[in-house]
Amino acid sequence: MSPRHVTIDANEAVASVAHRLSEVIAIYPITPASPMGEFSDDWSAAGKKNLWGQVPSIVEMQSEGGAAGAVHGSLQAGALTTTFTSSQGLLLMLPNMLKIAGELTPFVLHVAARTLATHGLSIYGDHSDVMMARTTGFTLLCSNSPQEAHDFAAVSHAATLKTRVPILHFFDGFRTSHEVNRITLVEDDVLSKLVDEDTIAAFRARKLTPDAPVLRGTAQNPDAFFQGREACNPFYDAIPTMLQAEFDRFAALTGRQYKLYEYFGHPEAERVVVLMGSGCEASHETVEWLMQKGEKVGVLKVRLFRPFSAELLAAALPKSVKALAVLDRTKEPGALGEPLYQDVLTGLHETGRSPMPTIVGGRYGLSSKEFTPAMIISVFDELKKSSPKNHFTVGIHDDVTHLSLPWDRSIDIEPKDVVKAVFFGLGSDGTVSSNKQTIKIIGEETDNYAQGFFYYDSKKSGTVTMSYLRFGPRPIRSTYLVDKASFVACHYAPILEKFDVLDVAAPGASFLLNTPHGPDTAWASLPREVQEQIVEKKIRLYVIDGFKVAAEAGLGRYISAVMQTCFFALSNVLPKDEAIARIREGVKKAYGKRGEEVVKRNYAAIDGALSKMHEVKVPSGADGKRKRPPVVSDAAPDFVKRVEAMLLVGKGDQLPVSAFPADGTWPTGTTKWERRGIALEIPTWDAGICIQCNKCALICPHAAIRTQLVDPAATAKAPASFKTTLFKGKDLGHAPSGHPWQYTVQVAPDDCTGCGLCVQFCPVKDKANPRHKAIDMAPIEPLREAERQNWDHFIQLPYFDRTQVPNELKASQFLEPLFEFSGACAGCGETPYLKLLSQLFGDRMLVANATGCTSIYGGNLPTTPWTKNKDGRGPAWANSLFEDNAEFGLGYRLSLDAQKGLAESLLKGLAPKLGDALVTSLLDAAQDTEAGIKEQRARVASLRQELLAIGTPEAKKLERLADSFVKKSVWIVGGDGWAYDIGYGGLDHVLASGQNVNILVLDTEVYSNTGGQASKATPIGAAAKFAAAGKSSGKKDLGLLAMSYGNVFVASVAMGAKDAHTLKTFREAESYPGVSLIIAYSHCIAHGYDLKQGCEQQKLAVDAGIWPLYRYDPRRIAENQVPLQLDAGTPKIKARDYMKNEGRFRMVEMRDPKRFATLLDAADANAAERRLVYEQLANVQHTRSTKPPEKP
Amino acid sequence: MKPDLSTSWMGLTLAHPIVMGASPLVDNLDSVKKLEDAGVAAITMHSLFEEQLAADQLAAHRFFDGPANSYAEAANWFPSTADFKLGPDAYLEQIRKIRAAVKVPVIGSLNGSTPGGWIDYAKQIEQAGAHGLELNLYALHSDPTKDAHTVEKQQLDIILAVKKSVKIPVAVKLSPFYSSLPAFVTSLENAGVAGVVLFNRLYQPDIDVEHLALERVLQLSERSELSLRLQWLALLSPKTTLSLACSGGVHEPVDVLKALMAGAHVVQVVSSVLQHGPKRIAELKKGLAAWLEEHEYESVKQITGSMNLVRCPDPSAYERANYVKLLQGWHARHR
Repeated sequence: MSPRHVTIDANEAVASVAHRLSEVIAIYPITPASPMGEFSDDWSAAGKKNLWGQVPSIVEMQSEGGAAGAVHGSLQAGALTTTFTSSQGLLLMLPNMLKIAGELTPFVLHVAARTLATHGLSIYGDHSDVMMARTTGFTLLCSNSPQEAHDFAAVSHAATLKTRVPILHFFDGFRTSHEVNRITLVEDDVLSKLVDEDTIAAFRARKLTPDAPVLRGTAQNPDAFFQGREACNPFYDAIPTMLQAEFDRFAALTGRQYKLYEYFGHPEAERVVVLMGSGCEASHETVEWLMQKGEKVGVLKVRLFRPFSAELLAAALPKSVKALAVLDRTKEPGALGEPLYQDVLTGLHETGRSPMPTIVGGRYGLSSKEFTPAMIISVFDELKKSSPKNHFTVGIHDDVTHLSLPWDRSIDIEPKDVVKAVFFGLGSDGTVSSNKQTIKIIGEETDNYAQGFFYYDSKKSGTVTMSYLRFGPRPIRSTYLVDKASFVACHYAPILEKFDVLDVAAPGASFLLNTPHGPDTAWASLPREVQEQIVEKKIRLYVIDGFKVAAEAGLGRYISAVMQTCFFALSNVLPKDEAIARIREGVKKAYGKRGEEVVKRNYAAIDGALSKMHEVKVPSGADGKRKRPPVVSDAAPDFVKRVEAMLLVGKGDQLPVSAFPADGTWPTGTTKWERRGIALEIPTWDAGICIQCNKCALICPHAAIRTQLVDPAATAKAPASFKTTLFKGKDLGHAPSGHPWQYTVQVAPDDCTGCGLCVQFCPVKDKANPRHKAIDMAPIEPLREAERQNWDHFIQLPYFDRTQVPNELKASQFLEPLFEFSGACAGCGETPYLKLLSQLFGDRMLVANATGCTSIYGGNLPTTPWTKNKDGRGPAWANSLFEDNAEFGLGYRLSLDAQKGLAESLLKGLAPKLGDALVTSLLDAAQDTEAGIKEQRARVASLRQELLAIGTPEAKKLERLADSFVKKSVWIVGGDGWAYDIGYGGLDHVLASGQNVNILVLDTEVYSNTGGQASKATPIGAAAKFAAAGKSSGKKDLGLLAMSYGNVFVASVAMGAKDAHTLKTFREAESYPGVSLIIAYSHCIAHGYDLKQGCEQQKLAVDAGIWPLYRYDPRRIAENQVPLQLDAGTPKIKARDYMKNEGRFRMVEMRDPKRFATLLDAADANAAERRLVYEQLANVQHTRSTKPPEKP
Repeated sequence: MKPDLSTSWMGLTLAHPIVMGASPLVDNLDSVKKLEDAGVAAITMHSLFEEQLAADQLAAHRFFDGPANSYAEAANWFPSTADFKLGPDAYLEQIRKIRAAVKVPVIGSLNGSTPGGWIDYAKQIEQAGAHGLELNLYALHSDPTKDAHTVEKQQLDIILAVKKSVKIPVAVKLSPFYSSLPAFVTSLENAGVAGVVLFNRLYQPDIDVEHLALERVLQLSERSELSLRLQWLALLSPKTTLSLACSGGVHEPVDVLKALMAGAHVVQVVSSVLQHGPKRIAELKKGLAAWLEEHEYESVKQITGSMNLVRCPDPSAYERANYVKLLQGWHARHR
């Protein structure tokens, strides 16, 4: 059989081998390795078998630590086992890895190498994670491309059975794991020949079995351990030879030969770079180009990093080498050099190389920083120097320690016969999906090699996506983004207003723009800068109204097929008819399995596309008057203008080291400068029928619609379209000017995402025309300018005095939100809770945030949503890890209390100087109300004045701690993946601690951030990854577990169902002087329905008894009351009435209606049983003493 | 002598006139078998709604495919969505299963929304093994620029196209809202249709006055609905050669008798079976047979149409005078 070519990314390529060669796969999702587990799960769910005719068993664990434990056990019991991970996940596996290697256990761990979190987290790629594993005793094997990753996976699984030493097979996260490239498949027959059945037999013979019992994992003493540890040496000594032999056997079977230390370049090279990973591919390409220019250069690709073979390294290196640069894709602060550099240096010395070349080390590519031929050339240039810079960096501009090498950005080494295309799209328009198909079409249906790579900004709504495609007659090794593209497409015209889209265009390129403008008006619609580039680069401009074509075909704004058709027409990669036939096939393949409707509509879009595309006649010069608007307002702080603005427009790579804080500390409150303008519709307010309930402001996920009381005296300066109406409330007195308050509802037009939740949640319908509500969505364009002015006016109005805000729902929305304009999904169910928290406690609140959606929309650069008030106070926020968040937050409390304790003792010591009155009032201050807190802040201000005047060392010390006297609110925030699974151990410990911390679990019932994997919060009957057939077990009752401690405030809330209950619960939880746990229902895009219906679904969930509402307040025990209060009635509707509306449940019904019916029954039964348990608990009169917990 | 209960419906010979109308019971094979055990004469599938299939597929596209490939950490948020079907497959598969499970005729039912859809799905229902096909023409026409003639022409065109594409007999289920129902039925007859079902029970939303919202309700039929069917059966019965089915309002054996007398060849029952279970079929059949025997009728054929417009003693009662007469009668009774 001739080898089959497929066009896939490395994750799929690796999983395809691992799944075929494993019996047990235990996994835990983590970016960018998650797809390997997901592919495996999909295949096993579909009954796909391994090489031995069995369907591999897939288990999702609660953490990578758990996955490693399960793997270890499975291996001990004798099953061929694998797993996949990355980054922090690998760290959690380390303890087991030492054991697995120490026990000489054949096993392969596939790692999509990713940056470890340090001064910041990054999901992107480098080798900092795998370098942490270099002491585990694992073989560390690195592949450099999707083809290599596929091949090395096969060799690894075969080789580990021979060497008995486990293998960590790694490849670069994103750059390789997510790069789509044409590869040749390793077929089953090759795998059969590769894997030696005798080695499997030997592995099985070592398994734990009561029929031949042995003991592993003994505890050893000084007399035994050391010798035992050295006993494994022969196995390690044998690895390089054995592994190379396996690669040679692989070569004999496939024709693809790999060397563990592979040199490519001039046979008499004088300058050589040594490196691992995808950078080898770009280096290979660069060396080839330099050699054509007559340069004596080469690249040494290190594939085997552990055990490091100095002999093979030395043997691979030409004798002629005079200068060597060893490039590490990691940073080890404080080390003499990075790991690969140190090993190469040591290895060449130990092998007695003579003459010894000059050897320097350098760092490149951290967190997927671009590593281009120009950078590699700069390294080679550096090696020409008599004393090249050591410990350099390349790819950044280091203006602080001046370690970086400069490079020439204009260098372009790519052959002219490689076609390069770049597409700018929107997340929801299908651009990336269709480009993935395009790459498949070109890679699999033509003789071309093809490569696709995709990049996304980090927002979850209105995402801008970038697709980089290459194809040409030779394998593509260009492991860096496309520059000088011959085809550029912009699938959403407003992107031109922000991004320098044509910066990547080569002279003479074709530029395809999706715009409502026809060929006659398109030119005039372009910003001046774009016109200038088009003229200067002699770019040919084509336009199509893709949204119109898609809408006419009944596809809404899903324009992928339209634009894909235009691309094929303009690129000429295939004859037109064949291209269209292939596109249609692709559409059929992508959507046809679910039914014909979407296919038919796409066909119509494809058929309609070409006749609607027009070339625009480009004038000889730019004539536009309109320039791109500034990225951020001139009023923005310097840091925002200087640093964040560059990140916002995709030019962050140009920022030097000095632009960045050395410790990762970042200012808060920067989203407000971004003004993304992604909504197509925004809410409009009808003051006449509005009942001023403020629910719109409460539910808005982005704090983009706000309400406020306005002093009529302040409206004089208001824009003409700024609307106010007489405030209907009686309890908030008069405005400072003495007039009655006016009331306003205002939308931030550039920050609204257009989700429509506010309109759905608005309770007021026009009596004569109930379709019209007090707020309605309306197209933004005619409103944008006026609403911008109105918003600018609104935002400078003073907020209502928080000390005067009564404790009720409506008034809560007159408090300033200190969480605004996050990058969360449009219609997000989590962020309304965070916003409310920030309104209630934001000016004295510390947030410990578990990794996940909340940490991404809460803390992903460029701009961040946690903000501060006019006094400069606001939530202080930090993210530690995914697994430790409860402990992290507990640490806040311990720290605050320790400082407060010291401050109190200093204060008492200074009492004679300060006077008893001030000291006593500071120590005994009641801070249960906003007024009390305001008074205490005033006392602290006076104290500071006094202390400055006293001026003694003790006084200065106290001055620095004086803040401690103001009550702080510690909030531990995260999702269900953290609280129910990976962080549960720590959470449980914190629940038992009795400390004054508040825990808010934003429960989406699924791992949302990593793509919808099941958690223990996933409810019965829901489909999720790793529960594709619908979860058959019930959701873990986290609240009930927490109640079992008796001294934890526990509550379950659903803002969309009962908002006043949420508010009441937040306040009660915060006031409870022990641990509080709130579990908050959060609708999510992973539920599969239009999120503007989120609140209706919350109501249904509560009415069906699926989501209980309750508060368990231990304070009530002391008052002889039952601590548990049920805040929702008995189930009123069936589970079906709730579940029928969500895609996650409907999928299960579609797959197997009969099974779904049993799951529905089980859901009803679960809800009823749980209700029964709660009702009984709500009748248990506690007798134990439960004063609020006392400090130990 | 036991009366002969056999009848004919859209060209199929049935053992008796009591047919299971379109209902959710067909989704469950156990229920289907119980219907056969109860002696049902034929089983009608609930409608395959083209509009629903399209809506499901578009929703899945929007919520599963829409967010896909838009975020670095997740290419999508759901397990593979390829292995659940939103097209007609499940419906067709159910026809196959019912055909395999029972011996009585199985009639498919289709409510299309596009010309292509009507034809494609009709063919697929035929291929799945249905003995006949009921076209559910129900649609609401709210466009004031589209006149009755245009609407009826479109409906006839669809029927002609479907007739051309399938060989199994085709019946048409109508609503009562035609300006001239007899004329339309004549057109159907000319188009080669084999039967007419009177009438579709329309989905009519209710108003929630407290929340100013519409409520979706589909209520079970009541006996009072029978009168409208009786009237039109009686009017059409002598004027068409098509077989006629009465659908809506048949709950008791006497209702079956009335429908047959008015001109129905079969009655379709649903609400009564949903309320009382499949055994209701047997009860109705038994009641029908008993009445016929008691009244010394030889066959169902004998009673069919016996009280239609041309055979009933006082035909004016079926026509416009009905209203006047009723009032007079009312006065007379209370005088």
